[in-house]
Amino acid sequence: MKLLTHNMLTSHVKGVTKGYPLLIKATEVKVNEVEFNPQFVCRMIPKLEWSALVKAADDLGHRQDLPAELEPDYEKNEDLLKKVHRALLEVEVVEGSLQCPESGREFPISKGIPNMLLNEDEV
Amino acid sequence: MCIVYSSNPHTHSASVSLQSPFVCLDGLSEEDVRWVMARSVCAKSAFELWGHGRTCAELQTSLSSYPSENMGPFMHKGSTYKINVYTFNKTLLFADRIKKIDALEFLPFEGSVSLKSPEHIFCLLEDYGTDPNNIPEHPDYMYFGRWIADGQRELIRSHSVKNRHFIGNTSMDAGLSFIMANHAKVHENHLVFDPFVGTGSLLVACSHFGAYVCGTDIDYNTIHGKGRSSRKNHMWRGPDENIRANLRQYGTERMYVDVMVSDASKSVWRKAALFDAIITDPPYGIRESTRRTGSHKDITKPLDSHVPVSQAYHLSDIFTDLLNFSAEHLVIGGRLVYWLPVYRPEYCDEVVPLHPCLRLISNCEQTLSSHTSRRLITMEKIKDPEELDSLAHLSDPRFSPYQGHNAFRQKYFSGLNKKSKRKGTEVTVRG
Repeated sequence: MKLLTHNMLTSHVKGVTKGYPLLIKATEVKVNEVEFNPQFVCRMIPKLEWSALVKAADDLGHRQDLPAELEPDYEKNEDLLKKVHRALLEVEVVEGSLQCPESGREFPISKGIPNMLLNEDEV
Repeated sequence: MCIVYSSNPHTHSASVSLQSPFVCLDGLSEEDVRWVMARSVCAKSAFELWGHGRTCAELQTSLSSYPSENMGPFMHKGSTYKINVYTFNKTLLFADRIKKIDALEFLPFEGSVSLKSPEHIFCLLEDYGTDPNNIPEHPDYMYFGRWIADGQRELIRSHSVKNRHFIGNTSMDAGLSFIMANHAKVHENHLVFDPFVGTGSLLVACSHFGAYVCGTDIDYNTIHGKGRSSRKNHMWRGPDENIRANLRQYGTERMYVDVMVSDASKSVWRKAALFDAIITDPPYGIRESTRRTGSHKDITKPLDSHVPVSQAYHLSDIFTDLLNFSAEHLVIGGRLVYWLPVYRPEYCDEVVPLHPCLRLISNCEQTLSSHTSRRLITMEKIKDPEELDSLAHLSDPRFSPYQGHNAFRQKYFSGLNKKSKRKGTEVTVRG
């Protein structure tokens, strides 16, 4: 699971109102090289919850100086864009789980694929 | 299909005969044509029309009236060219092709012929009709033009499902996948989502056009690439059979974002306009079952730890959920493209689901059998949803006439049951 996806996921456990962001508990993390595409990174940045990205990268030990606040002129800062690219697309959680911050319910991640299915009694 | 176009700025029309593979378009620039041909998997080639007619004499007259200043740039001394002859519905002997090319000698070519690498290619296109059992001696119609570009029909072969690493029973064929990506106006740097991703055929096509892709499916085994193979002679799927491997096969692995096991009726995404396009082929309940998580009173089998109990996902609910999801999560101007199964004897346009935030762009039918077809629906988001928009289908009958159609699966199988009863066999309905 990449952090771009994690940034957009929320807990849908019944009754939960503060289900975002999900807490990442990783037992295996991998970093792959993915071709840097600044235009894509610039298109995604406005859709992100920036602090959730920073926290997730930090929790995985891959924050790599991502600033706590996003500067307004990020489009011109290639160094920053490369760091964002790495965090969004190159860091992958292979094994672990995502935990709902309110209910504690865990969604397992296996072979890089999260399983978000709820059981019939949670729906 | 061959497109012949003229850059006549005065008219803007298309003349299309359903039978003929030739389409004549007016009022386009060469740039427009190249742009379309770079994406189209339906169009074979495009030419700038210089002349046309039913006979050689008519063609020659037509060519003589084509402005010579428009011909000049492509025929000047020092340029190289070649002339091809395309015959639709007829095979010509080589000698006859040469004769036809020689008959065009009257054209003011000043450059020299280069068969290997000409700067300009011209074509004589001959239409011998559409009946392979009744081929006329002379063409019904002829066109002469300058070749501009070929379409992307090669993608249908190169991305054929036959050669794909990972397929399933309902993998979308390559041609249709690319058509859907075009309907959704998928572009470079877009983020595209498929909520019923299956084996990822639609994502493969979108990644080819430069979009980053993600998908979900309720079926754990399909997402993980496990279980029985859909290929003849293969029992179980191998380790290289999953969606990511499919993208890798075509060189677009860098466009892979994620796939997840998830129930499309229970959104896992935060409320925001995240996706540039949503492209999907929801289950019809025929070859795969429609499912969602939820309580089911008649559980008889023990549960797999990662596969929660599922209940029948009514067909009309699938589309209500899909439209609401799209209204919430598409960017403004973003498109939803999906297949809607219909029972033909009862179909009318009002059956197509609508939503206050989505504008219906197109509705194209593909016949599946005498009484069933599916329709490729394209919608575009025009505004963000307000409080009560998701319930519009309850208050306004216009927004849920698909309800009655919900019996699609029943109707589909009742047709089969009637046939099989005559033969004296039984058909079991898989739900």
